[in-house]
Amino acid sequence: MSVEATAPVVEVEGATVRFGREAALDDVDFRLFAGEVHSLMGENGAGKSTLIKALTGALPLGAGEIRLSGEPVRMSSPVDAQRLGIRTVYQEIDLLPNLSVAENIALGREPRRFGGIDWRAMRERAAAVLAELGVDIDPGSLLGSHSLAVQQLVAIARAISADVKVLVLDEPTSSLDADEVAELFRVVRELKDRGVAILFVSHFLDQVYELCDRITVLRGGRLVGEYSTKELLRIDLVQKMLGRELAEVPIRRGEEPDPSSRVVIEAQGLTRGSRPRDADLRIHEGEVVGFAGLLGSGRTELARLLAGVDRPDAGRLLVDGRPASFPGPRRGIGMGLVYSSENRRTEGIIGELTVRENIVLAVQAQRGLFRLMSRARQRELADSWIDALGIKASSPEQLARELSGGNQQKVLIGRLLALAPRVLLLDEPTRGIDVGAKVEIQNLVAEMAANGVSVVFVSAELEEVLRVSSRVVVLRNGLLVADLPADEVASSALLALVMQPDDGT
Amino acid sequence: MTRLLRHRLVLPIAALLALIILNTVSRPTFLSITVRDGQLYGSLIDILRNSAPLMLVALGMTLVIATRGIDLSVGALMAVSGAVALTIIDGSGSPDAAGTITLAIVAGVVTTLIFGMWNGFLVSVLGIQPIIATLVLMLAGRGIALLITSGFITTVTSAPYRFMAQGYVLGLPFAFYVSLVAILLVALIERRTALGMLTEAVGINPEASRLAGVRSRGIVWGAYAASGLLAGVAGILYSSNIMAADANAAGQYIELDAILAVVLGGTSLMGGKFSIAGTVIGVFTIQTLKSTITFLGVPPAVSPLFMALVVVLVVLVQSTRVRTGARRLWAMLRPVKDAEAAR
Amino acid sequence: MSDVTTVRPLDAVAARVRRFTSRRASWIPVFAAVGILVALLVAGQVYFGNFVTPRVLSSLLLDNAYLLILAVGMTFVILTAGIDLSVGAVLAFTAMLGASLMAQGLPAALVIPVMLVGGALIGLFIGVLIQFFDVQPFIASLAGMFAARGLAFLVSLSSIKVEDPVILWLQSKLFYIDGWFLSPTGIIAILVVVAGALVLQFTRFGRTIYAIGGNEQSARLMGLPVVRTKLLAYVISGACAGLAGVVFTAYQGAGYPLNGLGTELDTIAAVVIGGTLLTGGSGFVLGSMIGVLVYGTIKTAISFLGAEQSWTRITIGILLLVFVVVQRAIVARSTRRR
Repeated sequence: MSVEATAPVVEVEGATVRFGREAALDDVDFRLFAGEVHSLMGENGAGKSTLIKALTGALPLGAGEIRLSGEPVRMSSPVDAQRLGIRTVYQEIDLLPNLSVAENIALGREPRRFGGIDWRAMRERAAAVLAELGVDIDPGSLLGSHSLAVQQLVAIARAISADVKVLVLDEPTSSLDADEVAELFRVVRELKDRGVAILFVSHFLDQVYELCDRITVLRGGRLVGEYSTKELLRIDLVQKMLGRELAEVPIRRGEEPDPSSRVVIEAQGLTRGSRPRDADLRIHEGEVVGFAGLLGSGRTELARLLAGVDRPDAGRLLVDGRPASFPGPRRGIGMGLVYSSENRRTEGIIGELTVRENIVLAVQAQRGLFRLMSRARQRELADSWIDALGIKASSPEQLARELSGGNQQKVLIGRLLALAPRVLLLDEPTRGIDVGAKVEIQNLVAEMAANGVSVVFVSAELEEVLRVSSRVVVLRNGLLVADLPADEVASSALLALVMQPDDGT
Repeated sequence: MTRLLRHRLVLPIAALLALIILNTVSRPTFLSITVRDGQLYGSLIDILRNSAPLMLVALGMTLVIATRGIDLSVGALMAVSGAVALTIIDGSGSPDAAGTITLAIVAGVVTTLIFGMWNGFLVSVLGIQPIIATLVLMLAGRGIALLITSGFITTVTSAPYRFMAQGYVLGLPFAFYVSLVAILLVALIERRTALGMLTEAVGINPEASRLAGVRSRGIVWGAYAASGLLAGVAGILYSSNIMAADANAAGQYIELDAILAVVLGGTSLMGGKFSIAGTVIGVFTIQTLKSTITFLGVPPAVSPLFMALVVVLVVLVQSTRVRTGARRLWAMLRPVKDAEAAR
Repeated sequence: MSDVTTVRPLDAVAARVRRFTSRRASWIPVFAAVGILVALLVAGQVYFGNFVTPRVLSSLLLDNAYLLILAVGMTFVILTAGIDLSVGAVLAFTAMLGASLMAQGLPAALVIPVMLVGGALIGLFIGVLIQFFDVQPFIASLAGMFAARGLAFLVSLSSIKVEDPVILWLQSKLFYIDGWFLSPTGIIAILVVVAGALVLQFTRFGRTIYAIGGNEQSARLMGLPVVRTKLLAYVISGACAGLAGVVFTAYQGAGYPLNGLGTELDTIAAVVIGGTLLTGGSGFVLGSMIGVLVYGTIKTAISFLGAEQSWTRITIGILLLVFVVVQRAIVARSTRRR
């Protein structure tokens, strides 16, 4: 089906958005056709989210024009965009968990009877929309009682329940497992067949290639080009996004594990709820152990158990050969085990404190109340880590929340490294960070391993795990299914290990 | 110059100064201090003395608010400590003996300390919302105080006890020294130990702090315990002032005055960064306001109306909307400078 | 996907229960409140013997009609994750205003609407502070409370007797049905409860209130009129306080500026005991009504015991505590399981 023959549903010409002197979007053109799945690609800061905000009415254009079915439109709020048929499903499901599924779908357009809301009609209408999408849930149930994946499908149901011309999906698969992603894709293809124009924003290259027809690449606020997925190689796509050859970026891999090196942590039969179950694992000095697995496989949970952040329901943890129990993160830190959470903003960085305070926080907490570090000493410590990690901040007194994601992650790592830990457990440290900072952090991990620190590296990106680790551990549905040296595994084999469906064990 | 203007104590100090100027203009005797029998008298001295209970309660409230909480029970706790202390003095045979007085004061303060720890337990261990957790004692506390005094307003005559609220040392009211010691102690503990920074971390992001190894639970618990302790001392001062344990009147609405003082001083109700100095200024502002209202001949019963006006004024000034509006207005009035800046 | 060929009866029941809990999870705290009410009534009957009689139960409604009306307004506000500390003071102010106007000869038909509007205006003032000046509900309603209390004393420093026949009729006229009696104030209270329940369940305004409490940001993104709705919630609370002022004046036969001291706390306690969450988005007017009845029952029991009235507050405090701890335990257990 040739999509080019018809006129585009959405046409953007010369879009420009300026924040002060910076141009977030600079003379960008964009076209979206009915019945296609289109992907917007680019690094963080390339202008993707700005273009999306402009398309969905959340941001006005400084210059340029947006045309819907040929007619120029002016949108001053997301409500305007919704009225024009442009619907968005955000990453953080913007629905109401305390109301029912049917009500979430209908809110704002409820069916009426005798001047009041007709609940039965609302439930029936919701059931109809859900059935169209092939989703089988009780429309009367509370939205909050369903998994995130189902809530997302309800959000899509809401988006299509009234006339929809354009559906924007913003990072919809970040929190979904393989089955749920497949379900989502099925729904998206349904909508595509119905003639809806779909904008799919995701940083998972594989998914983009599987689902999308065309790709628009942005870089530095400018349009690089519009391509068909069939004609663009992945490596070429990455090159267009980065503007430089991937091979130029040097990676260091962790050293081969020395079988005689000391075991720092040993897990025996660690179990907590259903994830993880019965995990046995040894971590040696100076190793980089990568945790690979799908979302919900138990990687984070196992890492937290190893760091002493959570308590196991069964099994035990040996540190330096002696059993240890942890009533909380403090004990773990006291033993040299430090954990960096995957939720950088909610469980990591303390936004309103300065960079200096964030870095010295853990050290100060360990020293206790009465041994306050002098301001000079704090400054010294903070400066040394800012230098060592290349943290880009205007000064150590800058508030942490003003830094970019990559720099915030570095501050977090600085805080943990300041404790001179023996084991560093990093959970998704490079999520949402641009490629340059990603590489810096990966190199840092190798450097630390060379200095005798053991690192546990949890990541959803299998290539990254292979690149960084000396040993790879695979988790699937809460069970540890493989434990191999990294150079014995090819990425396709790793993928198979990670995704193999459970055979009922 | 602009750096100085942006310091967060500027507005509270300005507000207090404005009030003082207003007062001096309408009654020039406001600033005058007379000496009699080696003791200082005057409106300013009255403010120093009368603000002591509020100062103590507000200091505790600052710590609690910094941990993202609130303590609504402080007024009731004041009633309790007064009830305990006076009941002991009343029941003893020697109301003037140093031993009795000491026992009474210690018992009163320890009781409210324990209640404060109870609040802390509810909030930090059981995870109950601070408003509800402290609401329980706010409701039940006065009843408990009444039970302790068997339903009466216990009165005692005891010169040493009365000294606390009404006596003088080195010319200044004893109560003022109590305030001073409390301020110094709290400031020292917060800023000379790591407690200040750790409390701010806990208030801003409790989970991240916990993962960084901060003893979140202990810090929150401690804040409520401190609030209870300080409320107890405030209650002793109050009962010393009227030489009676009035379970209904003691500390009535003081929790609201304290919250107002803390907010006036620049600490946000959302927790995190706090300022002891700001609270001190806030307390003096409120006390001066009360003195102003009394002087204006407004019946004390109507004074809440003025408090409302102050609250509205303060929040308007602190509101970001008003601030951006004012900034825009300021920018409009300086067009030439702006054009240059844009270059 | 499993084949459902034979459905075992136990499975069917389990499925029913599961569907009920997933559909109506927010009703569970209300049922708990009903359970407590029933337990209290039974205990009272067992202990006193003449507790559960038409006379006592009718008095329950009569004596607490004002609190019932306040609780309905407070429910609206708490559902939006806000709070209104001014209701007791607004009750006192409108009572004083009304009593004063009637003492000057104005007829009740004119005065009662004035009282309602007075309450609504204070509610509007609070709502504007919250919505347009980003003031926290706690502080804004505190300001409202201070203002209203001061205004009450401004009207008069001492109580004003009310002799208006209409007002007095509201309380004194008793409709007898078979040992049960009902006064116009009781009828008003019940009407307010019914109206509140209908509005929250069947109007877009009511559903928006729940939406705001669930996630205000999402509600706004969905295009719901968040600003207007939040303002209205506080206006309603203020108007209810005004109406409660009417009822209370009828009850006391006078306006007294120290009325309603601490009533806001009783109201909040009743609403929370009735199963409404302070975090917003979950709760029902009927639940708040149960909460008020629990409060009234405890008050009655205490007067039966001949103990001091201060025990009522203590008991409510303890009950509130127990309720909240249990609620917390249930929430903690369900999040752990997931």
